[in-house]
Amino acid sequence: MKKGYFGQWGGAFIPEVLYETFAGLNHAYEEARADASFWREYTRLMANYSCRPTPLTYAENLSKHFGGARIYIKREDLNHTGAHKLNNVMGQGLLVRRMGKKRVIAETGAGQHGVATATMAARFGLACTIYMGEEDVARQRPNVFWMEKLGATVVPVTDGSRTLKDAINAAFRDWVASMDDTHYVLGTVCGPHPFPEMVAWFQSIIGKEANGQIREQHGRLPARVYACVGGGSNAMGIFQGFLDEPGVELIGVEAGGKGLETGEHASRMVGDLASPGVAQGYKTMFLQDRDGQMLHTHSIAAGLDYVGVSPILADLGEKGRVRFEAATDREVIRALEMTMRTEGIIPALESSHAFVQAFKEAPDLAADEAVIINMSGRGDKDIFTIAHAFDDSSWKEFIIGLAAEYRSSYK
Amino acid sequence: MKLAADIKKRRQDKPVLLMTHLVLGYPSLDVNREVIRQMAENGVDCIELQIPFSEPMADGPVILQANQKALAAGLRVADCFAFAAGVIAEFPRINFLFMTYYNIVFRYGEKAFIRRAAEIGIRGFIVPDLPPEEGETYLQLSQQSGLAPIMFFTPTSSDERMRYVAGRGGGFVYCVARRGVTGQHTVMDANLENYLARCRRATDLPLALGFGISSRQDVAMLEGRADMAVIGTATIRLVDDRGPEAVGPFIAGLLGA
Repeated sequence: MKKGYFGQWGGAFIPEVLYETFAGLNHAYEEARADASFWREYTRLMANYSCRPTPLTYAENLSKHFGGARIYIKREDLNHTGAHKLNNVMGQGLLVRRMGKKRVIAETGAGQHGVATATMAARFGLACTIYMGEEDVARQRPNVFWMEKLGATVVPVTDGSRTLKDAINAAFRDWVASMDDTHYVLGTVCGPHPFPEMVAWFQSIIGKEANGQIREQHGRLPARVYACVGGGSNAMGIFQGFLDEPGVELIGVEAGGKGLETGEHASRMVGDLASPGVAQGYKTMFLQDRDGQMLHTHSIAAGLDYVGVSPILADLGEKGRVRFEAATDREVIRALEMTMRTEGIIPALESSHAFVQAFKEAPDLAADEAVIINMSGRGDKDIFTIAHAFDDSSWKEFIIGLAAEYRSSYK
Repeated sequence: MKLAADIKKRRQDKPVLLMTHLVLGYPSLDVNREVIRQMAENGVDCIELQIPFSEPMADGPVILQANQKALAAGLRVADCFAFAAGVIAEFPRINFLFMTYYNIVFRYGEKAFIRRAAEIGIRGFIVPDLPPEEGETYLQLSQQSGLAPIMFFTPTSSDERMRYVAGRGGGFVYCVARRGVTGQHTVMDANLENYLARCRRATDLPLALGFGISSRQDVAMLEGRADMAVIGTATIRLVDDRGPEAVGPFIAGLLGA
């Protein structure tokens, strides 16, 4: 099989000007992967800087409530910067040091990957530019604030739908001019080879830990593992710990948005809404029209609001190894509310998609079986987004009051 | 006559040829037709017809927005084929090429796209996000149909890479003058001169140089160094600012007429 392909998906559809850059990146990545000391350095860094290994929490109250399988939650929210995104970013940061580059660029949707990249750049002393769709800049102001405070330059992208895919295009446009001293820290298991494979490798730290933790706490493997899927990096991270265990069912949960029938969603693998295509440097299932023009997507969770999906997941889905489901915005809010009240845990809107599907299925499993939900990130730092999603009136009053105070002090 | 042979033949009479570019449907197909007429009447040799794509990763802001506006106005790939068939019949002296991104070809079906393009008289394809490693079927089908798959040289290409890439292409080689996306100006200096000399040594195919050429001086400097100057973003800006009728005098000026 051709390099960088997973079944019929993947590849490296890159402009010729990036050929040598990718040759260099492939070389650095393959060398690091073959060098056991690199992974040791990586796990040491993650233990010291980012609270790894993250816990696997037994959700006793939720398990009792649903009365079926024992529910465990893999706590990627306890990573530094509040999500699994840092795993990938710190790994690529170590690679950047090896390659001797001085500047990093990244795309970001919700801002988590941007904040993680800005954090890594601050830690490693690199210059940093983050591309973010203008619409997301407006929606995710707190993350923009942190990126700037961490020393990054945030560039609002005004092209196309002004969201994640447009930020990726803008980052590539920067890279084709700046590749001599700049590395593009792609945030997910998408894009041209080696990114899907490389990002999956860094994220595999989640699954490696979870496999050991569930054996220790539950005495055996789980029946099912749930993860939300935008690009697919947290899902690939945890799934890799169980891919070789045929008894463990893997479930990826996509953004059902306002319902698949409304066209306002980001479900690539559920139903037959997406079709094969090539864009942003790789081949996968895209939400596109008959001509191949990408469609508008929607999700309550900006991190899942994307037209493509990891080529590795497209392959695992096609082969039947991963089952895909979709959760609607409304279901997501209910699952988030229940998790907060029942366990005192606040998942991100993205992660809450995985909770929705686990809650649907847990009651049908036996009490001696276990399921793991990958909680890819925490929700409390997205207070503006979540408060908005809850349409919380006391929060609105607070914002109105604060705005009035700022306005009067401006005069 | 195949594209490479036609270019070489034209070069016997002219020190440097001209290739221009337009985004189909921007600002409209009617304006496109008028622009092509002005180009044809003033000595253009090749025209790239860009079929718009929603994710034009290798293009700068001007062409990017032209893509978006054409799509927003409802342009379909079928409209592009119909329009191309019309202008090819109307301007037989021009070599027309399709420029687009691979997804457009892929969704249409590689075989069907190439067959249809050959039927209407397209001479070649420029697909910037399809490196030869990923384009085996496309390359084979194009060559079989007598169409030229245009390959790229860039300042970052090694001599070995240039020879490999040129061996898979046809028509001419599109030499990118510098790093970056379309629409930024480039100056002729020792680096560029060395680069063009490297390009020349790597292939017998004609060389076209693009990205940021916009004046008579730019074109004149290519004489003896490349076979064809590529004018991209400049004419789109010109049509935006001064309308299609400004294109003819601009082209004539580039050729020193």
